[in-house]
Amino acid sequence: MTILAFFLWSLLKVAVVTVVMLLGVAYTVLLERKVVGRIQNRWGPSRVGPFGLLQPLVDGAKSFLKEDLIPTGVYRPLYLLAPIIALGCALISIAVVPFGAPGIGPHGLDLFEISNVNIGLLVILGVTSIGVYGIALAGWSSNNKYSLLGALRSSAQLISYELALGLSLVGVVLRAGSFNLRTIVEQQATKGIATWNVFGGFQFLAFFIYLMAAYAETNRSPFDLPEAESELTGGYHTEYSSMKFAMFFMAEYANMINVGCVATLLFFGGWTSPFGDLIPPPQNIFVQALVPIFWFVAKVFCFLFLYIWVRGTLPRFRYDQLMNFGWRVLMPLAILNIVGTSLWLAYR
Amino acid sequence: MHLILFFLFAGLCLAGAINLLLQSHPINSALSLIVVMTSLAVLYLLLGAEFLAAAQIIVYSGAIMVLFTFVVMLLNAGREERTLGSRAARIVGFPAVAALLAVLATLILRAHGLGAAALNQGITSTQDLSRVLFHALLLPFEVTSVLVLIAILGAVVLARRDPDEPSGNRERTAAE
Repeated sequence: MTILAFFLWSLLKVAVVTVVMLLGVAYTVLLERKVVGRIQNRWGPSRVGPFGLLQPLVDGAKSFLKEDLIPTGVYRPLYLLAPIIALGCALISIAVVPFGAPGIGPHGLDLFEISNVNIGLLVILGVTSIGVYGIALAGWSSNNKYSLLGALRSSAQLISYELALGLSLVGVVLRAGSFNLRTIVEQQATKGIATWNVFGGFQFLAFFIYLMAAYAETNRSPFDLPEAESELTGGYHTEYSSMKFAMFFMAEYANMINVGCVATLLFFGGWTSPFGDLIPPPQNIFVQALVPIFWFVAKVFCFLFLYIWVRGTLPRFRYDQLMNFGWRVLMPLAILNIVGTSLWLAYR
Repeated sequence: MHLILFFLFAGLCLAGAINLLLQSHPINSALSLIVVMTSLAVLYLLLGAEFLAAAQIIVYSGAIMVLFTFVVMLLNAGREERTLGSRAARIVGFPAVAALLAVLATLILRAHGLGAAALNQGITSTQDLSRVLFHALLLPFEVTSVLVLIAILGAVVLARRDPDEPSGNRERTAAE
């Protein structure tokens, strides 16, 4: 395949994935409003379009049309840079996520993954760790005490939970012997649900730690202290309005989708079916291509639903409880999991 | 292609380093340092050291620099006072740096037996790297980990307050 063809195909993949991701973000917001509405015994948005399905589009138009206020006291370069870092990092991670079966595509091209890299998992962790700067700089450059407090809380929280998050993934990497996300999925996909890392791989402790740490990493309830409305008015994005606020908002939901993708890939068999080879593979090439995508999206959807469910039910942690939980519970458990998995792999 | 990327990111790295020295605000300097670290990661990647590149971004650009910015934000450090530099620094400093650079450059140019860094055309995979690290170089690796442990213990001892210290004194220290 020529360089030009590769370039064009990659461009096409990037464009399609980005559009799907942004649509996913928009409709996750709608899903959240609907589900939280039902949890609180009300309807949620229902006026715009059938079942309120056009609500995200109207919300987007509203953010674009609102006045873009920039307070006089802000440190402008960083104030303008912060939302770009936040959203950019949130959208980059999806580039290494494989969301469909390998080997389907013209010229041996991988159609269902933008880039298949050996260190896919590390790339995701690295991009996530850079994403912190978006929030930290937003709070600092706003020159507002509530924003600064939100940013400080967020930085401290992210530093603390990133350790537990990284350590929780070591068990999975040990089992697969690779950082490549495709290898990790294929290693656990031999017998469907029975060999998924979370069940057959005995990584349920790691999964629990990952889930908790990821909720803290994405600043979601019950760890949403950086933007606790009742204490900090809005946290790090208090001084942002219009599209800049919308960028932070989109970054938060894009990160939720990323977490769902990573959890699916590492613990729940990625794009493979939960029935393993009980169901013979379909003959039609289109069905062959679409069924894995269906499974992947269904699994990610479950995680998004869980996120919203948790948000609708659990109250917020207190700050010292948050730090204690991260350092005194999740960290030792994660290390225990690594030791246990290593011993099991060594003496199996 | 590699050459273009090398010059691009080497340039970015140098620009970040110079900006780091010229900026008067600590947070700008910290951000320049992040640019330097990240460009270095790209240079590692160009050499085929993918794990090193990822570790550079996660550990240095991610974890360590977040702590730096956190401290800068927490202390709300103001702008640095510009001084014109002492005369001694200008008279002795520049020739000393030039001399040091000359010595280092001559030594590096002279030396032939620096050992060939195994830059085969391919990529050094994480498995290869860890095999070297945990088989051939196990002892130095473990000794380094003890060194890091000692550094952590030192930091804990330095940061720990005396438990017998009266509480009023402690509050005053915190207020300062």
